[in-house]
Amino acid sequence: MIYYLASISLILIGTYAILTKKNLIKIVLGLSMIESGVNILLVSIGYVHGKTAPIFSNLSMKASQMVDPVPQALVLTAIVIGLAVTAMALGIVIRLYDHHKTLNIDRIRQLKW
Amino acid sequence: MRKLLSILALAVIGYYLFVAMQAVPFGKDRMNPKVAKTYLEDGVKKTGSVNIVTAIVVNYRGFDTLGEVTVLFLAATGLGALLYDKRGKRHPRTPASPVVQIGAKILFPLIVLLGAYVFVHGHLTPGGGFPGGVIIATGFLLMYMAYRSYDVSHTALTVTESLAGLTFVIIGLLGLIYGRSFLNNFLPFGIPNTVFSAGVIPLIYIAIGLKVGSELTGVIDNMMETIR
Repeated sequence: MIYYLASISLILIGTYAILTKKNLIKIVLGLSMIESGVNILLVSIGYVHGKTAPIFSNLSMKASQMVDPVPQALVLTAIVIGLAVTAMALGIVIRLYDHHKTLNIDRIRQLKW
Repeated sequence: MRKLLSILALAVIGYYLFVAMQAVPFGKDRMNPKVAKTYLEDGVKKTGSVNIVTAIVVNYRGFDTLGEVTVLFLAATGLGALLYDKRGKRHPRTPASPVVQIGAKILFPLIVLLGAYVFVHGHLTPGGGFPGGVIIATGFLLMYMAYRSYDVSHTALTVTESLAGLTFVIIGLLGLIYGRSFLNNFLPFGIPNTVFSAGVIPLIYIAIGLKVGSELTGVIDNMMETIR
């Protein structure tokens, strides 16, 4: 239960950063926090009490002692996509800074170059 | 005012998210008997890899991994296109201290070795192609941070990335020719829990590790060149 609370708190803190912060870098950091929170939430859904990681370190381990491997495989993809989104967002921040010479979104008012 | 409104909205959203998560009790055994239990029980026999998450990512759901490699490639290309006409000489603001410079030279081969270990042993230990490639890219980032004029040639990065991506698709096509379907396994399984096992899986992860490493190094290079 503490895992659900922690991941939901990460998602909410990231959303708060996107909604209220004025610095562009802080907004991108909030986006990255939302992605981390969602990945932790997905992995913690697949946990089973008392079981261990799905790797047969010695071949005498039984399949009934392992947690669910499918959410872990899906989160592997999700982490990589989060990285790609953060890289693109930072590229856009670099271009915005070069044109408007400021990182404060209150001063970037017009929507065209 | 804005902060108060956003805190109120987020409190409502958080409360209902928490109530929704009560319907998914933590730690109960909810594994789908047809999907997850089959992967766990038959995984080693049918794919040869003792790491079941790797078996799912590369073998059972390998086509999704091909899509993910494509997404990463598109993101790196898009970033290169976005930052295009800012090529020029790179002038970082302050040079690093001698401790960082000497330490970076010592640590760089060890970091690349660690990254290569992680992606070669993807079917035995946790990790695999994607974390291994990221570790290699952080080694290159250390060298960029330590030296003013460190440069990796764009040609080498592009050639590595393209050849590695092409290798993944060619392995899939060979699976189509010698097996029954795209990305089917056509190499022998070997003895489980050794390095030379699991058929095609180590080859695919080596290709993915090299591709991700060179791609992220190219992204770091693009971003470093925008510093005036």
